[in-house]
Amino acid sequence: MAIMKADKLGVSVAKAPSMMTGAIPKKDWWDVPADFKPGNYAYPAKQEIVEYHKFPNPRLWDPESDDWKLPENWKEIILQGLKERLDKFRSLKIFMDCCVRCGACADKCHFFLGTGDPKNMPVLRAELLRSVYRNDFTLAGKLLGKMAGGREMTFGVLKEWFMYFYQCTECRRCSVFCPYGIDTAEITMMGRELLHLVGVNINWILEPAANSNRTGNHMGLQPHTFKDNIEYLCDDIEEITGIRCNPTFNRKGAEVLFITPSADVFAEPGIYTAMGYLLLFEHIGLDYTWSTYASEGGNFGLFTNNEMMKKLNGKMYAEAKRLGVKWILGGECGHMWRVLHQYMDTMNGPADFLQVPTSPITGTVFENAASTKMVHISEFTADLIKHGKLKLDPKRNDHRIATYHDSCNPARAMGLLEEPRYVLKNVCNNFHEMPENTIRESTFCCGSGTGLNTDEIMELRMRAGLPRANAVKYVREKHAVNMLSCVCAIDRATLTSLNNYWNPDVEVCGVSELVGNALVMEGEKERETGLRFEPLAGMEG
Amino acid sequence: MRILTPFIAVLALIAVGLVAAQVPGGQALIGIVLPYLAFALFLGGFAYRVMQWAKSPVPFRIPTTCGQANSLPWIKQNKIDCPSTKLGVIARMFLEVFLFRSLFRNTKAEMHEGPKLVYGSSKFLWLFALLFHYSFLVIVLRHMRLFMDPVPGFVAALEFGDGFLQIGAPVFYQTDAIFLGAIAFLFLRRVMLSNIRYISLPADYFPLFLIFGIALTGILMRYVFRADVVAIKQLTLGLATLSPAIVGQISPVFFIHVFLVCALMVYFPFSKLMHMAGVFMSPTRNMINNSRMVRHINPWNDPNIKPHSYAAYEDEFREFMKDGGIPVEKE
Ligand code: SF4
Ligand code: SF4
Repeated sequence: MAIMKADKLGVSVAKAPSMMTGAIPKKDWWDVPADFKPGNYAYPAKQEIVEYHKFPNPRLWDPESDDWKLPENWKEIILQGLKERLDKFRSLKIFMDCCVRCGACADKCHFFLGTGDPKNMPVLRAELLRSVYRNDFTLAGKLLGKMAGGREMTFGVLKEWFMYFYQCTECRRCSVFCPYGIDTAEITMMGRELLHLVGVNINWILEPAANSNRTGNHMGLQPHTFKDNIEYLCDDIEEITGIRCNPTFNRKGAEVLFITPSADVFAEPGIYTAMGYLLLFEHIGLDYTWSTYASEGGNFGLFTNNEMMKKLNGKMYAEAKRLGVKWILGGECGHMWRVLHQYMDTMNGPADFLQVPTSPITGTVFENAASTKMVHISEFTADLIKHGKLKLDPKRNDHRIATYHDSCNPARAMGLLEEPRYVLKNVCNNFHEMPENTIRESTFCCGSGTGLNTDEIMELRMRAGLPRANAVKYVREKHAVNMLSCVCAIDRATLTSLNNYWNPDVEVCGVSELVGNALVMEGEKERETGLRFEPLAGMEG
Repeated sequence: MRILTPFIAVLALIAVGLVAAQVPGGQALIGIVLPYLAFALFLGGFAYRVMQWAKSPVPFRIPTTCGQANSLPWIKQNKIDCPSTKLGVIARMFLEVFLFRSLFRNTKAEMHEGPKLVYGSSKFLWLFALLFHYSFLVIVLRHMRLFMDPVPGFVAALEFGDGFLQIGAPVFYQTDAIFLGAIAFLFLRRVMLSNIRYISLPADYFPLFLIFGIALTGILMRYVFRADVVAIKQLTLGLATLSPAIVGQISPVFFIHVFLVCALMVYFPFSKLMHMAGVFMSPTRNMINNSRMVRHINPWNDPNIKPHSYAAYEDEFREFMKDGGIPVEKE
């Protein structure tokens, strides 16, 4: 479906009747059916991909049709699945029971702000599941039914789930503002797990998950291609700096295993971030290796179900063990770090075959990673800078006026806020924060996370990304910001589309790209361009 | 309908209370039997619900981090919003439970032409929720006077403080007015704000009406109908000492009041009012953010889920790897 021009969509967002513009729907929310039209849903998973995962009910089906080819007993499957999850997750039970519908979360969700669709208020998104929970699992619901807000599980409800659990990027912004910390992301995750049980899922998540499983990375790059790609990057680096980096692959006995999302290796603008890593490691002479087997940091299992998340994540420790490294360094990625931080040790630990990470350059012991044995590149770089181990020339980034986008996962599921800022301020002379309500723990999602950065829902993505784009626009107008930096590979992809649409002259980069630009390498030639072959300020002529 | 039905339900409760207070034996039923029953249901139901929650494990450590985490020693951690110690969590929970910290953060977003989003501070919900809950607490504590003899010092002090304006006789309590005002605000907010009205269910209005009814009958009894305090205290004290009896003439308003309170107690454990206990148990708020430092155990973690093995990977790609100069295990 062709997507509207930005100014047209802008008018529509601000004026078309929606709950954001004050138009109140005439019908109660439970009487408004979910309507699937081209452009408002992501494509279902291909049959062979579902088969590959051995997930239930592989088939060809069409969300726009009224026959989703569900298994005969799909309701029982869902209710049984819900019961299991209530027994497995206290969070789910509490979140089902404690919401008072105060609405504090309502206007915190970027999907609601951009679409004005009431069911994108986190509270209603949760009510879609909660109403069924009440009906079947609580006394009040069993006795009073509708009066207590209970709803039977029907095909209509299932359709709503599919629509709205795939209009949530699990960004957790709502959770910050809820008086009970109700995290709609958790509810969305459960909802998606339940949908999987009856074979209702989307391809843009399951295919990358299948690729990650088989080839190690979500693009399905084979080992030699993965290596070749990095070597091309080394060629470019040589051309720009005169320095040859010589990374190794699957090398046993390296001190550090480096894992980053594979998007950094093959797609713009992630590749420039990867060039930054390569330069940094060369600069400090780090004894490290890449792995082709564990070549994906991003974990598409997080958007699928627990088992898949564990399975994909397991590769990291397995590879660290096989190679005999001391610890693992992780690149710039949002949800990769959510998985590493919140789930990895629990699911696949203890990593007792590794050592507590110690920077070989500064001697800093990363106590905060004592158990997982994994360090974030921003922590690592910040420590290097603090100890004066990097030779930096921030003037080389003078053509960049940067701002920083806190990616949702590092910000709200990890607490990584200052390290990237510290790095930025040291490698870049021009840095401006976006408005307070849109950064740090209040940061706005790129609008296309959790496997939603697929082209068939472009309008939805541009709407959901509007709050972020709006904040970028503010600093662009106020401070002439032209570079949106971040520490997430999905962001680098999605924010690029978002800015192309709403703020065409603002580019997107990883923090490590700016580091790479600023690094003064030993024996380098005079640099005339940055890592994108873009002319440096003062070097134009 | 969402508003009307619960309103009628509360009116019906009032009617039942009023009628029952007049029929023979009705007073004993509402004044003696029902309070015991309701109290037992309240306690039992409350404990049951909490135990039901506690039965489910917290498989993963999932705090919502609202500030800088503990990392390098020279980076200032936000010890409360992103706690890495038990003490930090206690501080976080204390602020959450006693000062509604998360609600304090509340903002309001507005869409303007452009499109342009603007955010404003929005602390009204925080303020009135706080007033509501604290007045409720003070009022409940003040009622201790009726159940204890001698009246404990802190209750007397509370009463004195609450009535320090010394308006009229009997002394007017500020909390009564604040309480009614706060309920009215919470109700009006639900009705006037279109998106809040849209998400509201009968189950949101019912407790508001019920509590309003309780407050109103309490106030009427105290300031308008002048219920016989001595007789009431005899009854309530009797309830507390397990030797209840109704002596003298007690106004029917009192029985309505008691009936509504009983209804609230019974309703409590089966409703969203359980947020009172839930706030303590929410994993996103009450967990320490130290998941990289200390291993968290998931009781149902399945050790049989293994990653696609390296051996299988190499088997599939060995030739490519060899050609590409990537080391392999088996030649
Ligand atoms: S802020 Fe929390 S309690 Fe209030 S409506 Fe949202 S989820 Fe429910
Ligand atoms: S997690 Fe994010 S996307 Fe999902 S409901 Fe909450 S604010 Fe919206």
